[in-house]
Amino acid sequence: MAKVSKKNSHKKKLMVSCGDPAISEGDQQLLYEDEEEEQGGMDRAEEETMSSEEDEGEDERKRQKLLEGIRSLGGKRKKALGERSEAAGQMSEFSVNPDGGPGKVQLSDLIGSLEKTPAVPAKSKKQLKNLQRSKKTIESPLSKQETERIQRDMAFQKAASEVSRWDGVITQNQRAEQLLFPLNRDPAGPRPVERLVVGWKARTPLEQEIFALLSANKQPLIDPILTPAEEASVKAMSLEEAKIRRAELQKARALQSYYEAKARRERKIKSKKYHKVQNKAKRKEFLKHFEEMVQMDPAVALQELNKMELARMQERMTLKHQNSSKWAKSKAIMAKYDEEARKAMQQQLEMNKELTQRLITPLNDDDDEEEEKEEAAADEADMLPDFVNDAVDGRDASNPWMKGKLSAEPAQQQLSDALTEAAQASVSEEEECQAGETEEEALLGEFNSRRKLHQAQESDAAGGVLPEEVTEDRAAAVESEASDSDDSCLLESPSISRGRENVLKETKATDHSERSALLEERLMRIRTVEDLELLPHEPSDEPSQPPTTKAPPSEEKHLGKRKKKGIELKEVLTKETKLIKVPFTPTVTDSEDPEAKIDQRGLIKEAFAGDDVISDFLKDKRRKEDEGKSKVIDLTLPGWGDWGGVGLKPPKRKRRRFRVKSAPPPPRKDQHLPSVIISEKRNTSVSLHQVHSLPFPFENHAQFESCIRSPLGRAWNTERTVKKVTKPRVVTQLGAIIDPMAEEELLKNNKKVVASS
Amino acid sequence: MKVKVLSRNPDDYVRETKHDIQRVPRNYDPSLHPFEVSREYTRALNATKLERVFAKPFLASLDGHRDGVNCLAKHPRSLSTLLSGSCDGEVKVWNLTKHECVRTLQAHEGFVRGMVVRYCGSSFFTIGDDKTIKHWKMEAPGYGEEEEPLNTILGKAVFTGLDHHQKSAVFATCGHQVDIWDEQRSTPIRSFTWGVDSFSSVRFNPVETELLGSCASDRSIVLYDMRESTPLKKVIMTMRTNTISWNPMEAYYFTCANEDYNLYTYDMRYLENPVKVHVDHVSAVLDVDYSPTGREFVSASFDKTIRIFPKDSASSREVYHTKRMQHVICVKWSADSKYILSGSDEMNIRLWKANAAEKLGVLSPREKQAIHYSQKLKEKFQHHPQIKRIARHRHLPKVIHHQRKELRVMKEARRRKEMNVRKHSKPGSVPVVSEKEKHVVSVVK
Repeated sequence: MAKVSKKNSHKKKLMVSCGDPAISEGDQQLLYEDEEEEQGGMDRAEEETMSSEEDEGEDERKRQKLLEGIRSLGGKRKKALGERSEAAGQMSEFSVNPDGGPGKVQLSDLIGSLEKTPAVPAKSKKQLKNLQRSKKTIESPLSKQETERIQRDMAFQKAASEVSRWDGVITQNQRAEQLLFPLNRDPAGPRPVERLVVGWKARTPLEQEIFALLSANKQPLIDPILTPAEEASVKAMSLEEAKIRRAELQKARALQSYYEAKARRERKIKSKKYHKVQNKAKRKEFLKHFEEMVQMDPAVALQELNKMELARMQERMTLKHQNSSKWAKSKAIMAKYDEEARKAMQQQLEMNKELTQRLITPLNDDDDEEEEKEEAAADEADMLPDFVNDAVDGRDASNPWMKGKLSAEPAQQQLSDALTEAAQASVSEEEECQAGETEEEALLGEFNSRRKLHQAQESDAAGGVLPEEVTEDRAAAVESEASDSDDSCLLESPSISRGRENVLKETKATDHSERSALLEERLMRIRTVEDLELLPHEPSDEPSQPPTTKAPPSEEKHLGKRKKKGIELKEVLTKETKLIKVPFTPTVTDSEDPEAKIDQRGLIKEAFAGDDVISDFLKDKRRKEDEGKSKVIDLTLPGWGDWGGVGLKPPKRKRRRFRVKSAPPPPRKDQHLPSVIISEKRNTSVSLHQVHSLPFPFENHAQFESCIRSPLGRAWNTERTVKKVTKPRVVTQLGAIIDPMAEEELLKNNKKVVASS
Repeated sequence: MKVKVLSRNPDDYVRETKHDIQRVPRNYDPSLHPFEVSREYTRALNATKLERVFAKPFLASLDGHRDGVNCLAKHPRSLSTLLSGSCDGEVKVWNLTKHECVRTLQAHEGFVRGMVVRYCGSSFFTIGDDKTIKHWKMEAPGYGEEEEPLNTILGKAVFTGLDHHQKSAVFATCGHQVDIWDEQRSTPIRSFTWGVDSFSSVRFNPVETELLGSCASDRSIVLYDMRESTPLKKVIMTMRTNTISWNPMEAYYFTCANEDYNLYTYDMRYLENPVKVHVDHVSAVLDVDYSPTGREFVSASFDKTIRIFPKDSASSREVYHTKRMQHVICVKWSADSKYILSGSDEMNIRLWKANAAEKLGVLSPREKQAIHYSQKLKEKFQHHPQIKRIARHRHLPKVIHHQRKELRVMKEARRRKEMNVRKHSKPGSVPVVSEKEKHVVSVVK
């Protein structure tokens, strides 16, 4: 039995190795070893079978021995070949005997046994019975060619779809402004110092102390690096979170502006009564809450107390309720007679008393009020508990070592670390708010806390629904992602065809331009720059592009026009040159002399007083016009059909007859422009340098001209622009091997796509 | 009288240390820098001229073989190593920086048909006319040791092509069938046949590493997937394809070198017609290799020239030839994309620059900037006739030039004839067949 099982396992291994072409070397080795072992095992097994046959009969054995002896007598001993025998037939009680044994196993036999066994479900019994009853023949399998064809087709579809996942990367690379090779370069840019400087150690006791403190608090050792907690929070902030945060910020800002507007409106109300009422209400409200506050939040209560103290001091400083104002004086006169006035005065005095009465506070008994006023802030700080101070002290803008929050005891911090790390994701935002210096963040923090409070209440009410909701949301997000990917899978096949269409379109578009060869190959060699000048101007031996079979007539019509038009060098090459007005600034000015202040124009006028430029120009123009005018051509030949000679003129009739007047030219373009001469002659020497047809990527003349007109050089552009504009298309590293694109590029691209969407 | 004197603050122009960059006060007022277009045009013209003057692509010739060079192999990890196999069965390992042969071994009897270095660069495989595949160590044997292959596999038929997998210990050969071999085994782990009796070349896709392409003598190109038991697809062209080369940066594009003087770039998903037909050679194209950047490829031809094509252009941007170079049988683009290596019939291997006028070696930043600027200027004004004329001019040997002319005349005549036939037959009965469609006979699934 053991042998059989071993054999089977060996077979299995063989199967595996055949199935998987890329089996590792180790496996191979193992396999070979196994084979050897197998050989040995087989010998052993044979021995075993021999021994088992022992029981069958001594006679048999003896006979064998005899036969062998006889055989050995016959001279050469044949080497027994190691032979594999299928021993399974003898040993197995399950598998079908290869010799046939009792005969073929019929389906009916099996079914017979089936009915006896209770474990087989009735359904399958029924199915088997039906199968037995049915007389239909099974369809014959497809021909080999056909099946192979189908297999090939399937395999091709698979491969094509697999290859199509590179579409994104390829199109992106085609569109990219710059490609850097090799692809897996180290990222450029400055590296943090800690990676560059490895060998540095803190030596002095101060340094050591600082480092101990910093490392205990998990603070960054170098200025710009974030703490692990901050990094985690940065990482944790996904796009969605950022969006939510932004929305909240917007809302907060809007609300703030509303409040501000409201406050401004209220402040503008001039009614004293209104303000009085308001103030009173506020005061009452405050007093109501003060008792609670003392118990709940002693720090804030203290602050409030201080404020009250301050108000008292201010009151004492002023003479507001001393009954010394104009109003009080008038009232004092009336007080004798008027009950009301007396009451008002009383009120005033009471108010004064109330305000000036010293509160029983634990403040130090310093009588000097001015000093007190100055020190109020400091005292306040003294009175506050330590932890309030901490946030302020821990942060020192000028000292980079002390960025972030430092706790008093690192040990405590370590203890709390575990807690904080666990709750980091949720708390990090709050922490940021507390530490944040911007108003916005503070505002947001407030909102956040409010929201959380609200949520907590809600969750209390709903019995902890909130976390579930969150998880649900997440699940939904995951699902949507999955469905997205599914979609993309489904859409792949159409995308292939689309891609193909694109490719076809592209090729069609580019075909036209690239018909004309890139090179003009001649027998002439170029050795010097002078040779370049000798190159023939027209690509004469290059046959022009074969004319299309059926050029649309309209195009032909336009052709003539276009030829005339071409692209004017004036349009293309030169911008209208601007006159440079460089003022002749005299280095020495005589400020005393007022007459010297003749303006520039006057000066120039004076200098060129003799030249009449305008009349010269007009003359020039007239001459040009005259040149263009139609002329009378006299074609008379003296002596033709008449006598000729000295002093003889052809007759008047003939002269008149042979005078030809050419048709008047079309009106000049500059006939209504007095200060311009437009030459309409085509300059052939210029046309040699002109571009005659619109080059491929451009769609119209204006585009091409604007492209030509914008300069690239550093005389016209700033350094940065020049660098940007002259960036080469492909950058390779000197001496670096460029490996073919690897799978990682695909992942990178996917990430990019996800980030951009 | 008040005298105004120029006075400047030294802070504006004095450097703090001598290592600082000199401050150059600039005024970008356009009126101070007139005629920008004409000035740049002149610069572009000069740059173009200089480019042609400095275009000296031929760097070195490596001689030492005693018969034509039949195959070349790049080293995947070392730029300076090149392997070449010749028609007398000799393999040479070259040091390119020193231009010398570092090792010679008699690998086969008869031709060395193919050679490939393992992806790790520690060993290489050769196949030859003696029906063997041999696996060699890259290091030369020590003193007194004999030059012996690590492993020899005796095949049933002659192998004609060989390529190694990009990442795993698997290689492929072709002969009368395409075989995939495991390096550890002496029998192929997979064989592909599809009614063809001989293949000329087989290449692994460097990006999708399980895919292969091969070209057969029945004018077909067949694609395979190593994981499948059957080939994928086959396209039959009008003439035989000699070699194919996959684009190393774009997974589904490959280019094949055809006997009909053209090269065809295919998208492997759509074999019905090629994406691009690259014309310019005047004789059969024997070999093609992509630049490692995947933007250009180089082709070697029986017409004794090498041509460089941009991958999406129909015509070549460069043609290299020398008087003594005969039929170019194999060509490779170096792994840093700067050089081209060609092996030809007359026993020499030639080293060329990939960009003829490129300055080699380390450039100073200013040099680099100047080169980039002039490059952009050339690009900007490339359509102007004077610049185009200079930039495009190439010298060609007389024979090739005349052949080109002849071909052009023939093509024109054919076109004219077709046009006339179309003119004189029932409209629609003679359809217009585009150049791309002409060369594909059928696609077999």
